[in-house]
Amino acid sequence: MGFKRRAFLIGGAAIVGGGIFALQYSDHAMRGDAATLSRREKAGSFGAWLHIGEDDSVTLLTPHIDMGTGSPTALAQMASEELDADWSRMSVEAAPAESAFGNAWLGKGFLTDASNGSALVAAMPGSVWSLLARNLVHQITGGSSAVRFTGQMGVRVLAAATRLALVEEAAARLKVPAGELTTKAGVVSHAGSNRALRYGELAMAAAERTLTAAPKLKAAKDFALIGTSPPRFDVPGKVDGSAQYGIDFALPGMRVATVMAAPVRGGKLVKVDPAPAMAVAGVEKVVQLDDAVAVIASGYWPALKGLRALDPQFSDDGKGGTTTAAMFAQQEQLCAAELKDYAAPAGSKLVEASYRAPYLHHAMMEPFALTAHHKDGKLDVWGGLQDPLGSKAEAVKLSGLDADAVTFHPMLLGGGFGRKLPGQIEILAQAVKLAMTAPYPIKVIWPREEEVRQGTYRPQTAVRFKGALGANGKIAAWRSAFAQSMTFEAGAPLLYDLPDAENTYAEHKSHVIVGSWRSVEASQHGFFNESYIDELAHAAGADPIAFRKAHLAKDSRAHAVLDAVAKASGWGSPLPAGTGRGVAVVESFGTVSAEVVQVSLREDGYPRVEKVWAAVDCGQVVNPRNAEAQVMGGIVMGLSAAIHEEITIDKGAVVQSSFNDYPLLTLAETPQIAVEFVASSAPMGGLGEPGLPPAAPALANALFAATGKRLRSLPIRAQAGA
Amino acid sequence: MPTALTVNGKQVAIEAEPDTPLLWVLREELGLTGTKFGCGIAACGACSVHIDGEIARSCSVALADAAGKAITTIEGLKGPDGTLHAVQQAWIDIQVPQCGYCQSGQIMAAVALIKETGRPSAAQVDAAMTNLCRCGTYPRIREAILAATGQASAKAGAA
Repeated sequence: MGFKRRAFLIGGAAIVGGGIFALQYSDHAMRGDAATLSRREKAGSFGAWLHIGEDDSVTLLTPHIDMGTGSPTALAQMASEELDADWSRMSVEAAPAESAFGNAWLGKGFLTDASNGSALVAAMPGSVWSLLARNLVHQITGGSSAVRFTGQMGVRVLAAATRLALVEEAAARLKVPAGELTTKAGVVSHAGSNRALRYGELAMAAAERTLTAAPKLKAAKDFALIGTSPPRFDVPGKVDGSAQYGIDFALPGMRVATVMAAPVRGGKLVKVDPAPAMAVAGVEKVVQLDDAVAVIASGYWPALKGLRALDPQFSDDGKGGTTTAAMFAQQEQLCAAELKDYAAPAGSKLVEASYRAPYLHHAMMEPFALTAHHKDGKLDVWGGLQDPLGSKAEAVKLSGLDADAVTFHPMLLGGGFGRKLPGQIEILAQAVKLAMTAPYPIKVIWPREEEVRQGTYRPQTAVRFKGALGANGKIAAWRSAFAQSMTFEAGAPLLYDLPDAENTYAEHKSHVIVGSWRSVEASQHGFFNESYIDELAHAAGADPIAFRKAHLAKDSRAHAVLDAVAKASGWGSPLPAGTGRGVAVVESFGTVSAEVVQVSLREDGYPRVEKVWAAVDCGQVVNPRNAEAQVMGGIVMGLSAAIHEEITIDKGAVVQSSFNDYPLLTLAETPQIAVEFVASSAPMGGLGEPGLPPAAPALANALFAATGKRLRSLPIRAQAGA
Repeated sequence: MPTALTVNGKQVAIEAEPDTPLLWVLREELGLTGTKFGCGIAACGACSVHIDGEIARSCSVALADAAGKAITTIEGLKGPDGTLHAVQQAWIDIQVPQCGYCQSGQIMAAVALIKETGRPSAAQVDAAMTNLCRCGTYPRIREAILAATGQASAKAGAA
């Protein structure tokens, strides 16, 4: 870790820093902003992200919002670990949505990943990352990135430097060499003279020091807090109703608006007669937006009643004839065309298969809600979105105001799963437009029906496989072609060592808007690849786990998690007739997850998922109990999608509207889940998403083992005959 | 003519249209935002409250139908001295919530189930706990209900 000594003096206050985090402040305006925004009374400010009060309290300001994954607590653990802080005095807050807090570490982490950690990327100065973050206005919670990137590259380094500054300040005061000092629970001690100084006593002066040495990160063997499971900070407020989500925000005099946009994406509002809504008690105004109609009222209920009374006419942008069946047919033609000339190598056995996965909706439990207030030339916006900084930038653009006049106030998210990432946050435009001309604050709430119909869905995808088994029973060649309307990563990377493998992508243009859905490409492509390799295993007459391992290096992470999950699940032991086990292993976001599902069929043809075992290699686990919860949650969402979920299109519009026709997995359908983390020295991987992708293919493979019927499209509900 | 009802032990008089769902009365008239809006069609349970001790989905109960009744919301579960209800404490001990948005409703449903059954069996838990959770906290909801009723496994208590 290149560390440059550096101290920045900003208007009397000082920020100590170095390496990556110091370069956050490589331009004067930004570091001044960050210092101003984060300055606190009676507290030393370290790199603007970490504050130590005279009362010994330690506060970490994180660029990541709380959308339920527990990452704020994990980041605080990482800070406290390197700082040797007193955990009972540690707290974490969301950083202000200002560019000075743009998350450079996020960009660096992704690019380092994308380039396989090339020396070039590693050598790029931090100022480049800072610039990148600022330009991209990133302050994103997504990509399972908080702990592995922000935590590993940012928070730990910053905390280690802060600890060093405290030690050097103590050394100067006690007039002893820094090497004779130790730190523990927020105290610097000198054993030789039996003297000690609290962090709170040292913080103000330490924050103004220039470090004389580079900070060293702790080795994993020395961790006292990382790898333990202190309770999450956010849980108490979530069990007594006090936690405030975006939808809970309220101001005196506030009005509530609700909206309906063109059911066919790209359509416009043609006309609407406001009279029926205006006749509803409590309705104050009907506003015609470009592609939507909004009703403003004294509360949500009159607004909704008003909206339902309207008969708005929308155009369909010429897309009114689109159906799901037609789109799948087009996608399958594209896939077939890609592979039409492929012939298997001589002497090998060709195995062909086609798979489909539907559009999926995020269905976060909190519908979109955002409050905006334009007053005295300033605009304030309150809500829970996955990118507060990007949301602010968007609000600046939409309002035409100066950046200084716009503030975005991040609040808790009732789930995100990718839907609340920037790019397609229509409610932001609606709230800002309504608020800019209104004499009162306005909270816009989307009805659930709007939230389901105006989604940014996981892409609907078709794929065709042409693979070949060699005479040795191993895969001789692998061809796959997939079609969907956009791709983030060209499918999911294949884990296996294959002699001759190609995966091609054909763009299928559609007006249906797609986006990141928890685990992104790994979910549908994990289902395809891990189902198809199961077909190959059966075609080869091989055990599905043994077959996968035969195509993996013995020292690979995938090999290790397969071994672990086989052992945990009793793989190979006898099962009652009609019960089957299936396996899948998928790498996503730097984590490798293997899962075994055990399933039988209910009388109505629905699968009864009896048990799921997961073995996960995510490198170092920061908070095992929360990590387990993330993997369990991913499995539940993966099973939910596999069994129940699909968004279909008819007449160009989304057919589904709420939980009655877009059902989610229930508690009664949830199996026992056993999660094991495999000890690993691999770099830290993500955890918010990687538990999800293996669930669907492991279930489909288990159903094949139980019934002999291969599932090549999802959801299972559509085929269960129930 | 205001509608009178009792919310968390307090008499209140509500000036709102009689068809206003109880959910929006609680959230917008009384500021009790712990009860959540999820779907508005009684399909998800995020808005679950107790009406005269029975579990109900407040998005689908009109104010007129709640008149004269005693409503308990998540904010009213704590004891008079601020002590958490045993179910709330179990939710903390087992670290159930993730995003937390559905958990008020889940807790209200669990409290009603326990009140009715004492020590619910696994089948009773499956039958009664129909509220949706998108984060997938179901395994821990089960575990917390067992913990709250003294049926916790050894694992449940382990940190």
